[in-house]
This record gives sequence, C-alpha cells and structure tokens, in this order.
Amino acid sequence: MIEPGLYNYWIVVFLMMAGLYVVVARGNLIKKLVGLNVFQASVFLLYITMGKVEGGTAPILAEGVTVYSNPLPHVLILTAIVVGVATTALGLALVVRIQEAYGSIEEDELEEKDERDERKLRS
Amino acid sequence: MITSNLPALQVVVPLLAGPLCVLLRREDVSYAIALLASWASFAMSILLLMAVLENGPISFAFGGWEPPWGIEYRIDSVNAYVLLIVAAIGAIVITYARPSVAYEIEPQRRYLFYTAYLLCLAGLLGVTITGDAFNVFVFLEISSLSSYVLISLGRDRQALTAAYRYLIFGTIGATFYLIGVGLLYQTTGTLNMADLAERVSTVTDSRTVRVAFAFMAVGLAMKAALFPLHIWLPNAYAYAPSVVSVFLAATATKVSVYLLLRVYFTIFGTPFAIQTMGLGDALMPLAILAMFVGSAVAIFQPDIKRMLAYSSVAQIGYMVLGIGIATTVGLTAGILHLFNHALMKGALFMAMGCVFYRLGSVRLEAMHGIGKTMPWTMGAFVVGGLSLIGVPATAGFVSKWYLILAAFERDWWWAAVLVLLSSLLAIIYVWRVIEVAYFRPPSDSAATAAEAPSVMVVPMWVLAGANVYFGLDTRVSVGVAQQAAKSLMDGGV
Repeated sequence: MIEPGLYNYWIVVFLMMAGLYVVVARGNLIKKLVGLNVFQASVFLLYITMGKVEGGTAPILAEGVTVYSNPLPHVLILTAIVVGVATTALGLALVVRIQEAYGSIEEDELEEKDERDERKLRS
Repeated sequence: MITSNLPALQVVVPLLAGPLCVLLRREDVSYAIALLASWASFAMSILLLMAVLENGPISFAFGGWEPPWGIEYRIDSVNAYVLLIVAAIGAIVITYARPSVAYEIEPQRRYLFYTAYLLCLAGLLGVTITGDAFNVFVFLEISSLSSYVLISLGRDRQALTAAYRYLIFGTIGATFYLIGVGLLYQTTGTLNMADLAERVSTVTDSRTVRVAFAFMAVGLAMKAALFPLHIWLPNAYAYAPSVVSVFLAATATKVSVYLLLRVYFTIFGTPFAIQTMGLGDALMPLAILAMFVGSAVAIFQPDIKRMLAYSSVAQIGYMVLGIGIATTVGLTAGILHLFNHALMKGALFMAMGCVFYRLGSVRLEAMHGIGKTMPWTMGAFVVGGLSLIGVPATAGFVSKWYLILAAFERDWWWAAVLVLLSSLLAIIYVWRVIEVAYFRPPSDSAATAAEAPSVMVVPMWVLAGANVYFGLDTRVSVGVAQQAAKSLMDGGV
C-alpha cells in the first residue's frame, strides 16, 4: 500500500524518470525538449509538495487561521519555472536554426551529415 | 558607501550593462560598454580580494534582510580568489575580442554577442559570490543560457548542434542541483549555505540528505564536465567563436569546480563528504580516467581547438584529483590548478583565435609553417603548451608539483606516477602542433599570413607572460590557494 501522504512523491519520481528516459531515448530534438520539460515539471511538483502543511491554508494573514502552508518553496519554483520557460524557448530556437542549417532534426541524421563533412575535410 | 556595496556591484554592473547593449543596438557602443563593465568588475574583484585577505570574510545582506532569511553574498578567501580569476579573464578576453568578433560574427549580431558575454560574466560571478544555495541555481542558469547563445554564434552549423547538446546536458545538470537543494531544504528548512552547513551536520544519517548529496554531486559534475559526463564539452568549445572558447574554457568549468568544492566541503562538511559518502574513492578513478582518456583522445584530433577542448577534460581531471586526495595539500593543488589552467588554456585558445583570424581555420593541415609568419602567436602557444605539460618555470609545473606532493603525503605514489605519465601524453599533443608549425614548409595560406593585430597579441602575451610569472613567483598564487584550502578543510564558510 502506498501511503496517501507520499502519493505526490511517487508521481514526482514517475515523471522524473519518464522525462529523463525521453531525453535519453528519443532521437528527435523536439521530443527531447518535451522530455526535458516533463523532467523539470517533476521538480516543480517536488518543491510545491514540500511546501504543503497539513490543514494549512494559503499564506495570507486572516483572522482565526493559525496554520499556513509554507510559501517559500512556491516562490522558489516560480523562479525555476521562469528559468524553464527561457530554456525551452532557447532550445526551440536552436531547433529551428538546426532545421534551417541541416534540413533535419533527427539526431542520427545530423550525426551522419556531420561525419560526412568531417570526411570531406580530411580528404 | 561604494566600498560597502562592492559585493553587490560586482554582479550588478555586468548584469545591467548587458541589457544596455541591447537597448543601444550599436556594435561600437556595445563594445565600449562591455569593455568598461568587464574592467570595472576586475577592479572590484581585486578590491574584494584585498579586503578579504586583510579583514576576513565579508557578508553582504541583500536589501537589508539579515541572513539566513535574506539572500546573503558571502566572500571568503576561496571565492574571492575564484572571483578574481573569472573577472581577470573576463577583462583580458574582452580586450582581445573585438577583431576576432568582427571577423567571425555577422555585423547585425555583434551587439547581441556583447550582451550575452556580459550576462555570462555576471552569471559566473554571481555563482561564485553568493552564499545562498538557491541563488546559485539562478545564476548558474543565467550563465548557462547565455553561454548556449554564445556557442550557437559559431560559424559552422555544428555550433548549433553543439549548443543544443550543451543545453540538454546543462539543464539536466542544473535541475539535478535544484533537486538536491530542494531535498536539503526539506530536511533543514534553510537555503543559506552557512546555515545549511550548521544544520546538515545534525541530520547526516538521514537518507534524504544522502540523496541530496548524490544529486548535487552528479549535477555539478555534469556542469564541470567531469569524465564521463564531459561529452558536451569538446564540440561546444571547438565550434564556438574563438573568443567564446577562450572565455568559457578559462572560466565556466572552473566555476563549476569551485561550486563542487563549496557543496562538498562547506555545505556537507569534510567528515560527511569524505568518510560517510566516500567521495575521495569515487572521484579518484574518474579523475584518473579523465586525465588519460582526455589526453589520449586529444592526440588524434585534427582540429586544434577540439584538441584543446579534450585537453581541458584531462585538466579537469587534475583538479578533481586534488579534491579527491582530500587533504589540505590536495585541495591546494586543486585550487591552484584551477587558477593556472585558466591562464594556460586562456593563452592557448587565444593563440588559436589569432590563427583563425588569419587563416580561417585551426586544422593542423592549414597550420604548416605558421611559426615563421606568425611568430608572436605561435610563441604564446609554445609557452602555453609548455605550461600545459608542466615544464619547470611555468605555472603548470607548480600545480602538478603540489599534486604530486599531496599524493606522496598520503603514500599514493601510484597517483604521482599517473600524473607524470599523463603529462607525457600532453607532450605528444602539444608537440604535434609545434612540429607542424615550425618544422614543415609553409602551406599556401600560412606563407601569406601576417601576424595578428596587436590588440589581440598583447592580451594573449599578458596571459602567456602570467604563465611564466606564476611559475617563478608562487607567493601570491600558492599563498591564496593554501589559505582557501585550509578554510575549506576546516569547514568554515
């Protein structure tokens, strides 16, 4: 039996592994970026989960409330999300440029073309 | 007023100068701004190092929020030294940059180059100066994102794939670090490094802390291009514009190695890192493999920038070997090599930048007889190469000397032998270039080449000269490295 309190962490682990697997196993550059995003999202979830305090409400001062969730991890992850968006944007921009330069975004085809260039230089 | 705000200004000046370049959109103005901001950072880093050596660590509370609640910038002898290395290289490289940038990058993209350069500098300085574990992540990503952009500005299309691969690796590495910080926050409830150090030592037998250590160690090893996580590095350095290769090779991996030191020894503490987690045993074999594989692969590279990149992988091995030996002398050697390697790789990549500027290629077959037509450039290459090998009276000798001393101190004579053997490999790959450049009849392009402009030659020789200077007068470099190593081993921040 999985304890309900750990449910989020199991999801985190699953997403983390799935994301990393996609980054490693897929040859398509866009799919790799998708995997990277899933991987990053799992970390966002990890932070958000750890900020939850049982029975706590949103951290806004109000009468009659004494238990609040911890807002700090949430704020941290806002920053990390911004970083993630910037990374994705830059990654996609690079993929567009690669498509323009090589006419492909499949890793094995790119490697083949690079090798052909290298052979031409050596001969 | 100015002096008390120096720690903030150190990062803020280049960080604000970057966007200013985008607003003005003019190449010459951007260059002037970049030059000014880089030299200002260099001056500030000197002042900071002097202040730290005189009065001990400086703590700067951002926005008046006292640590551990607010973000703290904390400068001690370790990071003041690294700050100086990064800022000095940043200033010298930008002085050298202009003709090379004009040659390799299209006019409409040049102001963006200077923007990315300044942001990268700000990020690297920020990683080094901050005393907050999460703040490190933010600056790490600032420097990484801008270095992906810098690399992708290279002329060959391979630069794009190299930048993409670096982006994937860099992001995974930084996210691993982020996971580690999260787990630490979960157990200790703090992000301030000094505070973390205090609280982690009370909870070291929890699995969460161990997992956090593992995540941070692997993530940062990726960033530092420690073997076998180095595969992003050779292409990134080989296909980036020459100026970017100089800058990144001399600074980026150094900052990651510094961060490794910080995490291992300051946050987790020496006893936990070395005894409980067996860090030394894990790092030693990787470092030795890096030394040999990096050097061996370098021997077979026809492209000299790529060869130097593989040599960097080997040199990171020496630094990590020093860390893995895990004594004060070992750390001294590691930190010293961090400094010396910045000098030698800076000079070597600058020489390749000059060659590329005249020949349009840095492949071995294009460089036949280049020693006769570009004597100053190849002279600097020879000095840098000798330092890379570790010939006496060069900086490289001093750090290898300390590395061997550290190995003997622990009775690991085999480690000392391996350091010497791998240096022999360095002789082979440096000699290949010297032979082609001096003992072959000039190729068509080399025969008509002229010496590079003096704006490039002078900064290059400043670095080459520094290699000799710090090989003869070791008081400053060794003194500061020793002090830094001692403070790390004592677990103080």
